[in-house]
Amino acid sequence: MKYVDEFRSPELISKAGEEIRKLADPKQHYRIMEVCGGHTHAIYRFGLKDLLPENVELIHGPGCPVCVLPMGRIDDGLALAAEPNFIFAAFGDMMRVPGTHGSPLEYKARGMDVRIVYSPSDALKLARNNPEKHVMFFAIGFETTAPSTALTLVRAKAEGLRNFSVFCNHVTIIPAIRAILDSPDMRLDGFVGPGHVSTVIGCRPYDWIAKDEGKPVVVSGFEPLDILQSIVMLLRQLRNGEAKVENQYKRVVPWEGNSAALRAMAEVFELRPYFEWRGLGFISQSALKIRASYAEWDSEQRFIVPGVRVTDPKAAQCGEVLKGVLKPAQCKLFGRECTPEQPVGALMVSSEGSCAAYYNYEHRKPVTIASSMAV
Amino acid sequence: MATPAAKIRFREPQIEMAHGAGGKASRRLVEGLFAPLLFGASPGPLGDAAHIQINGTRIAMTTDSFVVKPLRFPGGSIGELAINGTVNDLAVSGARAEAIVVTFVLEAGLPTEILEAEVRAMGEAAEKAGVRIAGGDTKVVEHGAADKMYISTTGIGRLLTGVEISPQSVQNGDKVLLSGPIGDHGITILLARGDLDLEADLRSDTRSVFPLVDKLVQAAGAGVRWMRDPTRGGVATSLNELARDCGHGIVLFEEKIPIRDSVRGACELLGLDPLHIANEGQFLAIVSSEHAERALETLRATPGGEEAALIGEVREQPASCVLVTALYGGSRIVDMLVGDPLPRIC
Repeated sequence: MKYVDEFRSPELISKAGEEIRKLADPKQHYRIMEVCGGHTHAIYRFGLKDLLPENVELIHGPGCPVCVLPMGRIDDGLALAAEPNFIFAAFGDMMRVPGTHGSPLEYKARGMDVRIVYSPSDALKLARNNPEKHVMFFAIGFETTAPSTALTLVRAKAEGLRNFSVFCNHVTIIPAIRAILDSPDMRLDGFVGPGHVSTVIGCRPYDWIAKDEGKPVVVSGFEPLDILQSIVMLLRQLRNGEAKVENQYKRVVPWEGNSAALRAMAEVFELRPYFEWRGLGFISQSALKIRASYAEWDSEQRFIVPGVRVTDPKAAQCGEVLKGVLKPAQCKLFGRECTPEQPVGALMVSSEGSCAAYYNYEHRKPVTIASSMAV
Repeated sequence: MATPAAKIRFREPQIEMAHGAGGKASRRLVEGLFAPLLFGASPGPLGDAAHIQINGTRIAMTTDSFVVKPLRFPGGSIGELAINGTVNDLAVSGARAEAIVVTFVLEAGLPTEILEAEVRAMGEAAEKAGVRIAGGDTKVVEHGAADKMYISTTGIGRLLTGVEISPQSVQNGDKVLLSGPIGDHGITILLARGDLDLEADLRSDTRSVFPLVDKLVQAAGAGVRWMRDPTRGGVATSLNELARDCGHGIVLFEEKIPIRDSVRGACELLGLDPLHIANEGQFLAIVSSEHAERALETLRATPGGEEAALIGEVREQPASCVLVTALYGGSRIVDMLVGDPLPRIC
């Protein structure tokens, strides 16, 4: 398949693996964080750890929107949708995420009108086709999905569509990275930068990580070769004692980002003073809210939101795992009380969550695998 | 037979969609509730069909129900699925379907032409598969109490000679044989629902796999240790069930697994694993290594089996798990499907 197979080429990948082994100083231990949940998923999905030397360790970052969403927000959204004639619309990613009394899918099984949509504009279509109902789009995601929510709101306003609103949970990536770097128990050597987010925000917003924190950042694609090449680029910078922002994912990410997308976001959203992140706590200016000029289409401004706050179960060590301090399997609940089917913590819910990715693809793996086929 | 000691382990308060999706939740329901109450304390491995003995004759018996939405989709329809699905469950149990009885549950208000089209489709599929529809029953429920129509079938079949299908007979070194490209049915249905603005030139693979199974059994006989049609939950779920039942590890070689580009593309876009996507016209077989090449050649020489492939092998490790390795050196465990496959967007 074009644009996929090239990036899974065994020859190129084995070359990249060799290069990594050459660049990694055996006397050093490298801790590299991949910020984005998409990368975490890809690393496990493609078994990339099999290709890395032991002293190159990948630490999973906070870039999984479902994982960092506090349970109270889900409870709030589902409480609103319990009103008669409400349709709760969300991405498939949200459907299995548990609220206090169940996930959207479980609410659907009990009779709530819950719909999976593939884009916010599909939710808008639902509203047009169901004028007697109110369609609430439960928006999640970083800057990757925020522009399409923004454009949908612009269109809803232009059409004067009154039976549509957005319950906005959009968050921004930079404050989360800052929170990680501010964490005292964290030692990182560099970052594999988020690919899709950077398509929108570009590479400049990471400058401070290189300049002020002295850590290299390489914005990366999601195929095995992309990720390995990004690790090569990071190791090269580290060997040369450099710290700069580089773009491995040039075929998709423009250095300056996508100005049309950024304009749409600026038109519709403003920063919240603070927002709660699951596992990380409250982070100031880390999330988006809908501007007053779009209040009519903002579920939070239009309806009375219960404002539920749920503390994470004490035994679950999601915060430590989310910050990369603990490995998924080091959490006391991992694989016992907490599994993808019956998740206790959020990282077990999304397939991009490091616990779910580790559980699904890695934790029962034998130590050595011969990959040749003898038929 | 129910025994007083039957222990119900199923503790979930209500039935969710996942309990019908063919993955882990389905297994919990069957093993935790149905099996202890209906089949006695230790049901053994749960196959596609039961083998029962009547007056010394062993027959295979299976039952299935069909609730697909939409009723018609590129390459097939609910009526065709009902016949082929039943024939296939018998086929992979090593049996030739002889007779099927059918139950229709119809929603009041269903246009007759829709019913007629499906009954015709069933008749045609049965004729093609060489199976007799021996009887049936009809129930009508109030409008809104069902979604247009459901079909339930029960089929009996005569066991083929010279083959014994059992997970316990699977041994280290055996090969995994797959009859053709995977994921066509599941992705076709996903696209036919129309929620996605995605189009692909793709058809459901619904068909009877009996002709292929028959040829395979003739070619490899006792070398065929186990078979399964990877419907809901896909290849990954079927092979995980086998791994669990036989205790061995199943290692798949990703590059050997036949998948059409359109299925791969849709899966890449939606964040789905083709190994979890449903099939309605393919089957998996575990074949002893000495019979593997011959089995493959035979399937490939049979119409409809041209794209068959040996996709993996049975190993000691990872015990009771399925591992997929890729040419570039990475590998991953693939578990049973959890719930319905949901697309990932953000």
